[in-house]
Amino acid sequence: MKLQPTIGLEIHVELKTRSKMFCGCPAEHFAKPANSQTCPVCLGLPGALPVPNRLAIDWAIMIGLALDCQVNLKSTFDRKHYFYPDLAKGFQITQYDDPFSFKGQLKLESGKVIRITRVHLEEDTGKLLHKTIDGHKLTLVDFNRSGVPLVEIVTEPDISSGEEAKEFLKKLRDILRSLGVSDCDMEKGSMRLEPNISWSLSADKLADYKVEIKNLNSFRFAQAGIDYELKRQKALLDKGEMPVQETRGYQPATKATFSQRVKETAADYRYFPEPDIPPIVLTKAYVENLRKQLPQLPEIVVQELVKDFHLSLSTAQLLVKDPLKLAYFIQYNRQIDAQTLANLIVNKKIDLSHPPQLKTTTETVDPKIIDQVLKENKDVVVKYKAGKTSVMGFLVGQVMRQTRGQVDPKLASQELLKRLQGPALKS
Amino acid sequence: MDVTELTLKSAQTGLEQNRFTSVELTQSYLERIKKYNPKYHAFVTVNPQALVEAKAADQLRAKGKKLPLLGIPLAPKDNFLYSKMRSTAASKLLDNYIPQYDSTVVSKLKAAGAVVIGKTNLDFWGHGSSGEHTDYGIPHNPYAFDRVTGGSSSGSGTAVAADLCLMGTGSDTGGSNRQPGSYCNVVGVKPTYGRVSRYGVIAMASSTDSMGPLTKTVEDAAKFLSVMAGHDLLDATTVKLPVPHYHLNLETERKFTLGLIAEYFEGLDKKYLKVIEAAVKKLEDRGHQVKRLSIPAVKYAYPMYCLTVFAEIASNLSRFDGIRYGYDRDAFGEETKRRIMIGTHSASSGYADKYYNQAMAGRKMLTYQFKQALETVDAFIGPVFPFPPFKIGERETDPLKMYLSDVLTVPANLTGNPAVSVPIEFVNGLPNGLQIICKHFDEQTMFQIAHQVEEDYQMYKLRPKLV
Repeated sequence: MKLQPTIGLEIHVELKTRSKMFCGCPAEHFAKPANSQTCPVCLGLPGALPVPNRLAIDWAIMIGLALDCQVNLKSTFDRKHYFYPDLAKGFQITQYDDPFSFKGQLKLESGKVIRITRVHLEEDTGKLLHKTIDGHKLTLVDFNRSGVPLVEIVTEPDISSGEEAKEFLKKLRDILRSLGVSDCDMEKGSMRLEPNISWSLSADKLADYKVEIKNLNSFRFAQAGIDYELKRQKALLDKGEMPVQETRGYQPATKATFSQRVKETAADYRYFPEPDIPPIVLTKAYVENLRKQLPQLPEIVVQELVKDFHLSLSTAQLLVKDPLKLAYFIQYNRQIDAQTLANLIVNKKIDLSHPPQLKTTTETVDPKIIDQVLKENKDVVVKYKAGKTSVMGFLVGQVMRQTRGQVDPKLASQELLKRLQGPALKS
Repeated sequence: MDVTELTLKSAQTGLEQNRFTSVELTQSYLERIKKYNPKYHAFVTVNPQALVEAKAADQLRAKGKKLPLLGIPLAPKDNFLYSKMRSTAASKLLDNYIPQYDSTVVSKLKAAGAVVIGKTNLDFWGHGSSGEHTDYGIPHNPYAFDRVTGGSSSGSGTAVAADLCLMGTGSDTGGSNRQPGSYCNVVGVKPTYGRVSRYGVIAMASSTDSMGPLTKTVEDAAKFLSVMAGHDLLDATTVKLPVPHYHLNLETERKFTLGLIAEYFEGLDKKYLKVIEAAVKKLEDRGHQVKRLSIPAVKYAYPMYCLTVFAEIASNLSRFDGIRYGYDRDAFGEETKRRIMIGTHSASSGYADKYYNQAMAGRKMLTYQFKQALETVDAFIGPVFPFPPFKIGERETDPLKMYLSDVLTVPANLTGNPAVSVPIEFVNGLPNGLQIICKHFDEQTMFQIAHQVEEDYQMYKLRPKLV
């Protein structure tokens, strides 16, 4: 019987919605003065009640769809109880029995499939700040982050190496960025990783222990941490010792993991359905409409670039990874030879803030095209008017497509803005 | 002026005809509060700004402003947040807690021109059905000083019965408005779950808390509810149904089919049975039909309530973690600690399947059986309490006996149906109410039937002799 490396990932991603998950406070919390973005709801004050953010729910479902998941037409929020000073209510609102989506997959370059267990939505916690003030060691709580929408993506233990984990994470990040739902900035903590690592007989026959690594703030560290951990555990197993079930930290300087916390008993979170939020019931049509809004997934775009423009696989991948570069390529590839343009872009020999100096773009946008784009995308227009300004990029993209990239996107954006803020659209 | 004869309706007429001002009215109640509250403990806190609020109401009236409750002195239960006063929920854990915001109900009452005269006493956090579990003095029954008032909206029941204010609000989680309604000879309403916003009311059990009025008459309750009710963007469980002017539609020629559920009468004290049957007879005399039914799941309602509601109690109180609010969890009373322990156990892994999940399944069954039965009748009619108001302290040593108080009121909380207690004939010289339970969001029928019962008995004309 041969043991194999068995790695599952839990990834937390903060959504970049304008407001928090259950209240109207701003969700963007990075570097804001402590406790400046709080209200009775996210402070968990007596009497306050959560009201779910519909956009966050839509985005969580879109993430599930992009990862090939099945969507639950009836989902519930649940309470997860534990004590921690940064947890305002003494419980976290999350999803337990019926997450928004489940049973998905993401394919690696090798063709290997990593199964996605579930994608669910929850609220972030506050943050503890350990400080010394007037000689006193104090722990302060900042609740700005409390209630920020957080999507948790859980994989099956299908990953076999640090390198595979890194590839999976990069692909996932590219998808999330292309959806426009999260910055996935590891340094700001808007994407957090927790690998679970063991040596097992197979993904279906797990070992009696697993080790979780926390505080990995880059993909590189994740890869190194996982590889170190696999080696450490293997050495113990080879000696006939069973690794301890524990949570370990990662030390970049030594590229080693270290023991943080040994879990002796399983925590009892006393999950039960959140009574303050009725179950979320969706129609199939609603889900299909969300599916329609999915941008093409990066992988498919890569395939198209290779097929349609005869780019090399690596060039296509480099283009797709950076939404700005890709947009630039799509915009101008009809003016210059596509392969030349792609090479100029990936080799950074071109300034993306200006059109390539070979042929000028048109100075005006045909109003008919603007009309058509707005008409064909009424649902997007409604979203924009409801305050989701991030959909502008999508509309600009549509104009660019219609004009075959012949207009300056800035101009297209200005024209769209004029129309959107102007008198109501005729239907 | 003498306020003891006043109802909301007659007070409004008096104000409109300039027979008295809101300041005079409020002043009269304040004087009675000063005289009687030290003995009766109806209020946790009296509003020092009550006369200022009354004056503002008088000024609005002078300007010709018309508002549904303009200048009416009323009292929210002390778990309804009002940012101008402390909100203790009758627990010393929140002794000095001044909320940052108004509950939706209080802000609606304020917008309707009401004067908040004070905040009424309760079983702390809502934990009780006698009024005895409070850190601010046990309320005494205005009709029998040595007896309990019913709870948990004990202070509102006492204050309305003793004419210390015109109306009070209450939160009914397992019977908390109907019970003091029954024991204090006032009308206590539990609206449909989702009819009135829970936002800003310190939660007891989120899935059953229902905010409603305690008043002298059915008409007062109907008008009060039409002000309190409605969809609230801040409470996801409120529904977007229009709110009728219940009080304008109390008279009806309709003949109702009234259901008597066998399980509500099992083992009921004979004296109680007689009084309830007499009330039913009067309704029959009016041409309504009576149908006898059985709803088997009612027998198990109390254990279902205990296991689900207590789990929510434990959950909702976990925010009082000893870090904020100034007091440690030691400040919780015995009854609260008991409920936290039972609720924690009920939902713990390894036990949840036996207790919480089982109870939730039972609750679904009960709701289904209620719905089925209410397709054949317009309302259920029955008792509120299985026994009369007992002497203060008599049952304190036996929590199980105490929990029996809730047996007849918890089913409507578990199913979400609207219910009311309307005063009928006294038993052993002590107040008693008739319970009427209707279909979801059919408060109108409930008030119509209650109104007829009230016409038959006119118990609101009886005034207690206060000591």
